[in-house]
Amino acid sequence: MTELIQGLYTEGEPIADTKAPDGPLADKWNTRKFNARLVNPANRRKMSVIVVGSGLAGAAAAASLGEMGYPVKVFYYQDSARRAHSIAAQGGINAAKNYKNDNDSTYRLFYDTIKGGDYRARESNVYRLAEVSANIIDQCVAQGVPFAREYGGYLDNRSFGGVQVSRTFYARGQTGQQLLIGAYQALMRQVAAGTVKAYDRHEMMELIVKDGRARGIVTRDMVSGQIETFVADAVVLATGGYGNVFFLSTNAMGCNASAIWRAHRKGAYFANPCYTQIHPTCIPQHGDYQSKLTLMSESLRNDGRIWVPKKKEDCKKDPRDIPEEDRDYYLERIYPAFGNLVPRDIASRQAKNMCDEGRGVGPEIDGVARGVYLDFADAIQRMGREAVSAKYGNLFDMYKRITDDDPYEVPMRIYPAVHYTMGGLWVDYDLESTIPGLYVTGEANFSDHGANRLGASALMQGLADGYFVLPNTINDYLADAPFESLDAADPAVAEARQNVEERVGTFMNMKGTHSVDYFHKKLGSIMWERCGMERTAEGLRKAVGEIRELHEQFWRDARVPGSAKDLNNSLEKAGRVADFFELAELMCIDALHREESCGGHFRAESQTPEGEALRHDDRFAYVAAWEWTGESQPPVLHKEDLNYQFVHMTQRSYK
Amino acid sequence: MRINLEYWRQNGPDDPGHFEKRTLENVDDHASFLEMLDVLNEELFAAGEEPVAFDSDCREGICGMCGLVINGDPHGPERTTTCQLHMRSFKDGDTITIEPWRVAAFPVIKDLAVDRSALDRIVQAGGYISVNTGAAPDAHSQLVPKANADRAFEAAACIGCGACAAACPNGSAMLFTSAKVMHLGLLPQGEPERRDRVVNMLVQQDEEGFGGCTNTGACASVCPKEIPFELISLLNRELIRSMHHKARQRSA
Ligand SMILES: Cc1cc2nc3c(=O)[nH]c(=O)nc-3n(C[C@H](O)[C@H](O)[C@H](O)COP(=O)(O)OP(=O)(O)OC[C@H]3O[C@@H](n4cnc5c(N)ncnc54)[C@H](O)[C@@H]3O)c2cc1C
Ligand code: SF4
Ligand code: FES
Repeated sequence: MTELIQGLYTEGEPIADTKAPDGPLADKWNTRKFNARLVNPANRRKMSVIVVGSGLAGAAAAASLGEMGYPVKVFYYQDSARRAHSIAAQGGINAAKNYKNDNDSTYRLFYDTIKGGDYRARESNVYRLAEVSANIIDQCVAQGVPFAREYGGYLDNRSFGGVQVSRTFYARGQTGQQLLIGAYQALMRQVAAGTVKAYDRHEMMELIVKDGRARGIVTRDMVSGQIETFVADAVVLATGGYGNVFFLSTNAMGCNASAIWRAHRKGAYFANPCYTQIHPTCIPQHGDYQSKLTLMSESLRNDGRIWVPKKKEDCKKDPRDIPEEDRDYYLERIYPAFGNLVPRDIASRQAKNMCDEGRGVGPEIDGVARGVYLDFADAIQRMGREAVSAKYGNLFDMYKRITDDDPYEVPMRIYPAVHYTMGGLWVDYDLESTIPGLYVTGEANFSDHGANRLGASALMQGLADGYFVLPNTINDYLADAPFESLDAADPAVAEARQNVEERVGTFMNMKGTHSVDYFHKKLGSIMWERCGMERTAEGLRKAVGEIRELHEQFWRDARVPGSAKDLNNSLEKAGRVADFFELAELMCIDALHREESCGGHFRAESQTPEGEALRHDDRFAYVAAWEWTGESQPPVLHKEDLNYQFVHMTQRSYK
Repeated sequence: MRINLEYWRQNGPDDPGHFEKRTLENVDDHASFLEMLDVLNEELFAAGEEPVAFDSDCREGICGMCGLVINGDPHGPERTTTCQLHMRSFKDGDTITIEPWRVAAFPVIKDLAVDRSALDRIVQAGGYISVNTGAAPDAHSQLVPKANADRAFEAAACIGCGACAAACPNGSAMLFTSAKVMHLGLLPQGEPERRDRVVNMLVQQDEEGFGGCTNTGACASVCPKEIPFELISLLNRELIRSMHHKARQRSA
């Protein structure tokens, strides 16, 4: 074995994307589409594809592949495909349509996305994303997605976090819902046509790999407890992000890493696990019984002013009794040019700094008041209550419903929360992982967003992958299919199935004293404290130790009540939390090795004299792709160098 | 605060089911209804009992996965989803009964979780626009007046929770179906399939075992997304138009 670095990992051969063609950026996708092999329609019927996930990425892919004539099976853990987590997205979806004639273009969207990602994304992928973005809007409108319109009947746009053009399409505060319903309806149409078979309440527990290729999955029917195997010629994972490793996040309760983590253990590299996006405007935690955090749309920062009291002793006072001169509008003070509109990572970190200094407001959680004010008093005075209500009324109502405070009267309290994970399985330009035949789309892969995601670009990526990219690239792989037939007796299938049965058996036999949630909460607080908004070498090392200890205790001292033969929420969680433990450790190792600050990764040791994130492009301009080597074995790091040919890396500055 | 709970236990569709009781002390009035159930489940776990099964995912009022009958009302005393109902809507010492959706077409899976896949099958019968992927015309090639877009949006806001059917004395899913039919019917893109869609979706709704609509209006009064009751009469008009059209085609 090679040398153990920092006692935690070893370094292996570099890795590279071999599928993006050379030549000008603007020609790459057309070239790739032309060179990729085709499968004739009659042969498609003889092949089969499994899609795991029915969010934007999965539903769009399954519907498109079904329509192309491939027999498709789609799996998801909810009771209906329409409930995938994509449904919760509020703000909007970007597309370079230039409908506002404000000089938007594919290149500008590409450039903004690369810069927003702090120069840690691949140019070829991001350019393609910008290129197909316009088609996404066409597709969705044709499906009946009711985007906001102007009186003349044209589509409306708004601008979003940190860009200077209006390119965000939206459907009130329910863009994700409307886009997902469009994809879901396309999927239901294929189900009715018989090209797609949908498996609701089915959880993927294992990947089947035969002769180095992904050939199927093992699932658990969450109602009957039955463990089943499904084989196919290719497998697509579209299972979303892993933000729930932190326990409290804006993610839906069931979001998990299991599908990608099981694939990682079978050979798929995991890229940039430590890149977590923290969203600055969430409703703060209020109690230890709490199960999730709710996002308040970023658009509130357009008119709300963010502040904390200057004096610690004022923090418990009614904010309305604190005079103007005793308020610290810290974003306006530190970043006069951008003020309250600085990007997400910066707004989040400064809020944490204020609270850590002891100037946070609201109830104390573990001895620290974690909240800052988002104040609309000025806006109400300037625009009038009516106008504020017309613009933000539904958000104000939502805030009031959750907190019982009226934001028209008292400033809102907000705090950052875990929101989106930029890391995921490593994929090449074709969205293929390091396991041939295993494709990964949407938030589950690592591509496109670098170290930070701009608002309104995750929905764009999910649909780009599902409707346009994957249906074109997967043909090239399937042109070799059908592969050797596989039956349940095949050792590869039988072994995968047996692993799952044993694992479920182990969970059911645990006779400890604590519930799975107990461990999940503890793991979450280690991750938030040490691998959250700000990381230090010392803290991350401690975290690795703490995670290992807790992990060991989990296997010794957890208990899963009930039976494995029917609906059992505790058993479902046990599988997910067991995977989160292993992933959490890798996240800390990745964060530790990256001795720089970039995007959603702030290493306290790497900052400018003014306290801003400091990248080290000379040492870290690469994607970190990790290889699994076995339980309790150090992972291997493979670096994919990021060569910027078309844009120049510059330091981000918002002062 | 102190809350007395009476919650439904049922081991699958064939089990007759029964209520169980437990009192929770120190319930935080800021907790959501589902967080209160999480606390109940932790207590049951500690007591060596099996937690109560219920469905939820987003806990933000948008996925439609949660849904309980609380003191006889689908989603409880306020017009919102169960996950967005908070304990402050109740008083110290209150007794709360919790039951699953009781609709013939939604068999109970376990305790408070029911099978709502009938709603998916209604959509499969025609709740979509048959556009193929990859070759859609430019989004601006067909204009949609803002008023129509807004009305379509209003109908499209349905989250498929099924509360409408749970509130209906006939167990009818008519509000759900009319929301889908009108969302697509109000847009020019949905026009070509308009006549078949309404018929096919209604036929499927009957086949699933949902009851007929007798205009009681209970559905709209519990709908967390305020889908307007008038959509049902618009749907009836769509149906009549479709029948006339078919009759004309037959006689031609
Ligand atoms: C509150 C909120 C607001 C947001 N707002 C915006 C916004 O305005 N604009 C924007 O661009 N982005 C936004 N995002 C981000 C965006 O919504 C997500 O990144 C995106 O929807 C992810 O889509 P997906 O298809 O990759 O995965 P998901 O939609 O998460 O779907 C995952 C699917 O995988 C299935 N699944 C997962 N694990 C398993 C398993 N083991 N077995 C079987 N099935 C499994 C699930 O059932 C589900 O169907 C927001 C996110 C949140 C949380
Ligand atoms: S119409 Fe309303 S109550 Fe019925 S499913 Fe839709 S959102 Fe739920
Ligand atoms: S859990 Fe999603 S609507 Fe209640």
